[in-house]
Amino acid sequence: MFILIVGCGRVGSSVARTMLGEGHEVSCLDEDPESHTRLEVGLERGWEDMGGQFTVGTGLETDALLAAGIEKADAFIAATNGDNTNIVISQIAQRRYEVPTVIARILDPLRAEWYGQQGLHTICPTRVAIDMLESAVREGAPRSEVA
Amino acid sequence: MYIIVIGAGKVGWNLARELLEKNHEVTVIESDRRRYQTVEQELEHNITYGDASELWVLERAGIQRADMVIAVTGDDEDNMLICQVAREKYEVERIIARVNNPRNRPHFDLLGVKPSVSATDLILRLLEHEVPQYGLVHLLDLQEEQLEIIEMLLDRDSAVTGRRVGDLSMPEGSLLISVLREGKGFVPGPETVLEAGDEVLAVLDPGREEDIKELFGPVMGGNGGG
Repeated sequence: MFILIVGCGRVGSSVARTMLGEGHEVSCLDEDPESHTRLEVGLERGWEDMGGQFTVGTGLETDALLAAGIEKADAFIAATNGDNTNIVISQIAQRRYEVPTVIARILDPLRAEWYGQQGLHTICPTRVAIDMLESAVREGAPRSEVA
Repeated sequence: MYIIVIGAGKVGWNLARELLEKNHEVTVIESDRRRYQTVEQELEHNITYGDASELWVLERAGIQRADMVIAVTGDDEDNMLICQVAREKYEVERIIARVNNPRNRPHFDLLGVKPSVSATDLILRLLEHEVPQYGLVHLLDLQEEQLEIIEMLLDRDSAVTGRRVGDLSMPEGSLLISVLREGKGFVPGPETVLEAGDEVLAVLDPGREEDIKELFGPVMGGNGGG
């Protein structure tokens, strides 16, 4: 598969490395040229040497999306640090470029839920954290039982 | 009408002031604390503090009963998504979104956020108005309806000055709808004779500007005009 990841922070770069390791074609797009360094953390060779692609630009720029290969992307991951950006660009990927698999990281649980209902595949780390915290508390034993 | 204005910058603040003067019910939502405090001194209970990207902030402002949502923040993504949510989730009948970067306009269209207003485009229009060689001024683009309305100022050199409207061979897909003469407007008939100084309004199919220019030119032949 050809996977385009917009937003090359902790999440984006980690997913990018894993997917490349699994034999996929991976293209990253980030407005910060420095984020290229993060991509190569823990790699023995350079990102490009391993077959990865990296483009500087934002997901709202048509030119940048095209340069990053959106027209041939099988999967699109919106993982910038802004919810609004992720929601907008994932809809662009879905509607304009008809990418078959589009996944958006949305921190705001309410909007993640609503856009999920509208047919966008959303991942909400906040929701995951809330659920895990709640079940961790429920699983804990009261003080009386520990003693 | 109940109108929610997103963003209390210069545009939002002035807009709210005008709307209040016209006796509309208005709530402005501003996400910058200091800006909120400044504007609150004048608008008082008509402004609320919060990030309108968040659904509960919109709900607290009463978006369910809003007749109109106007998003005029300096951030295109905010304006786009707030309007999208207003229309699709809360079924607000009328929305208006400000476009800060004209390059983002296709994204507004893609998300179904219409109409959108771009100050840059408006200034370009004004430029057309002020710079005579353009010859014609866009007054209104009806993108959905595929029509536009333009204004032309006739001078002595204009090819149609002194001619009867009935004798003009107007290009297909165009129609003269009004003549403004000495401050008064009227609908021209076939017998109307066009005069220098007339401002003529025409409705056009898109892409007919050049035909119209040709027929009405040379418009404003370098005498400065206004």
